[in-house]
Amino acid sequence: MKSLEELAKIREEALKKVDLRKERKGTRIVVGMATCGISAGARPVLTALLEEVQKRNLSDVEITQTGCIGVCRLEPIIEVYKEGDDKVTYVEMNAEKAKRVIAEHIVNGRVVSEYTIGAYEK
Amino acid sequence: MELYRSHVLICGGTGCTSSGSVKILEKFEQELEKHDLTKEVKLVKTGCFGLCEAGPIVIVYPEGAFYSQIKVEDVEKITEEHLLKGRIVKELLYKEAVEGDQVKSVNEVGFYKKQQRVALRNCGVINPENIDEYIAMDGYRALGKVLTEMTPEEVIDTIKKSGLRGRGGGGFPTGLKWEFTYRAKGDQKYVACNADEGDPGAFMDRSVLEGDPHAVIEAMAIAGYAVGANQGYVYVRAEYPIAVKRLQIAIEQAKKYGLLGKDIFGTGFDFDLEVRLGAGAFVCGEETALLQSIEGKRGMPRPRPPFPANKGLWDKPTLLNNVETYANIPQIILKGADWFAGIGTEKSKGTKVFALGGKINNTGLLEIPMGTTLREVIFEIGGGIPNGKKFKAVQTGGPSGGCITAEHLDTPIDYDNLIALGSMMGSGGMIVMDEDNCMVDIARFFLDFTVDESCGKCTPCREGTKRMLEILEKITEGKGEPADLEKLENLAYTIKSASLCGLGQTAPNPVLSTLQYFRDEYEAHVYDKKCPAGACQSLLQYFITEACKGCTLCAKACPVGCISGETKKLHSIDQDACIKCGACMEKCPFNAIIKK
Repeated sequence: MKSLEELAKIREEALKKVDLRKERKGTRIVVGMATCGISAGARPVLTALLEEVQKRNLSDVEITQTGCIGVCRLEPIIEVYKEGDDKVTYVEMNAEKAKRVIAEHIVNGRVVSEYTIGAYEK
Repeated sequence: MELYRSHVLICGGTGCTSSGSVKILEKFEQELEKHDLTKEVKLVKTGCFGLCEAGPIVIVYPEGAFYSQIKVEDVEKITEEHLLKGRIVKELLYKEAVEGDQVKSVNEVGFYKKQQRVALRNCGVINPENIDEYIAMDGYRALGKVLTEMTPEEVIDTIKKSGLRGRGGGGFPTGLKWEFTYRAKGDQKYVACNADEGDPGAFMDRSVLEGDPHAVIEAMAIAGYAVGANQGYVYVRAEYPIAVKRLQIAIEQAKKYGLLGKDIFGTGFDFDLEVRLGAGAFVCGEETALLQSIEGKRGMPRPRPPFPANKGLWDKPTLLNNVETYANIPQIILKGADWFAGIGTEKSKGTKVFALGGKINNTGLLEIPMGTTLREVIFEIGGGIPNGKKFKAVQTGGPSGGCITAEHLDTPIDYDNLIALGSMMGSGGMIVMDEDNCMVDIARFFLDFTVDESCGKCTPCREGTKRMLEILEKITEGKGEPADLEKLENLAYTIKSASLCGLGQTAPNPVLSTLQYFRDEYEAHVYDKKCPAGACQSLLQYFITEACKGCTLCAKACPVGCISGETKKLHSIDQDACIKCGACMEKCPFNAIIKK
């Protein structure tokens, strides 16, 4: 180790790996992963979310899974809880859609209305 | 870099390792493989979580779900339910972590709520065998700050202002020790770390080394810079294999990153660290004996002065601090002396780690701000005494300390308060005793330990403790005479004032403090030949009460055949033949047999 910058760089990289264990605020994305969700293809959605969050270096986003959300026919479903905002539910997701949700909703703060359960029900 | 959605932390401390956490880790590996979760879920082996009573412990983040007493068979369920489907397995959670339908995170559990973790802050949070995780938690930033922004005088000043005192037991102001070593003249100086933890029931230092070895390494490098030393030694007992291994891994990693070695952070400061294994002699925890042992000589104390700060290893100025003391240093540098001095009481700053054991529900490791009361530690964090028994006393300071009784439970814990009560802070062992513990027997136990561990160099300790032990054995066997109590006290004071080192000077403390608070128990043994707590075998008699139904089970269980009586009639014990093994009492289905 020859400089403080070097240490700071390692720290920054490493922090992302342990960040999950800290008390945190921020956005929570929940993927429905009961039998229905998994068979409808929730796992590629989850992997896509993880990859996208990692690629964009988003540190305050937590991705977790849950059981059956209830509307099995609309699976894969993901729910986004952004601090201070109402919950947004996206339905019939796939990997491509998941990436768009990260880009538009999580990063830019614009809900992707066409994927939401509200749009589907209309 | 890989990002995971979930982290599974498995305790790899000595406690949980011995209750099978390694097998649990292996099973998790298999299960994750089976469910194809290896890219989503990360397994981390950490240091001690503290609540050893509930081990093996597994914590799953981000939920902070606190699973306790996990068996290999449970792993499949946790993987399928929690990790795969996201449903926390409530029945496997620590009992306090479930309240109605609510699942509480690990930090909200009673055992952790009152704690404040400074020395243990990374224990159970990071993987101790991965230097990157330590760096992520601000690791080595303090060393960087010290080397690039501070002069040695400023470092010493900060430590002095923080009010940190030695955590090994003596409570000597750490900053002063650093200053003495800094001012001592010498072409070569050393820093050393005392990890020769020997008190029965104490495992604070072990847990720090197992859970966060880099904190000690970083602090020693800081100390080296402050006092002008470029070589350090960690003296750790060989009975701590996991701690030794992790420390060695940590040193290797630090060397690879250039955080130990030549020209650290390009500042021209060199520092190297070596591990020295102790063979487990208690006296080697005494500083002069420890330094002798590092040099490869027989571990025996020598008179002070000269103090190690002037004449230590190979007669060179040497700074010697305890593991826990060092573990506080990086935090003090980063957060400032005022932050540290803001925690604790007027003369005892910061936090203290305790190993809680004995008759207590939550056996384990905890860290509290100085000034927390004994009652909070024992009844809130410790969860009280098992089986509804009554609290009798708590022994602090191990074989050098003393007992504190129920009337002093509301005393705030700090160095001076404990000494005023006739005990001491010690390194942090805390043994809780209930009504079934005989205080004479406890004193005998500790003295038995010091007799074994006395190095034999000075007569008061070598001969005196042995004579004291003989008297105590006499008393517990019911052969005590009235003059014995006075003799005990005389011996105790002589040994205290005439012994060469701390071991002898403090060895009579358990006797003196039990004599002070429980003299009636000693007198009951000597005059009435009775043990009020019912612990001293020779003073006990077993009796069969009217509750006896004459089932004959006790007579069948008795190995010497001293129980007689007809079927369905009251039985009796022949007291002369009885060997007091207690087999009858265990067998009796009606609780008709009592001892007194």
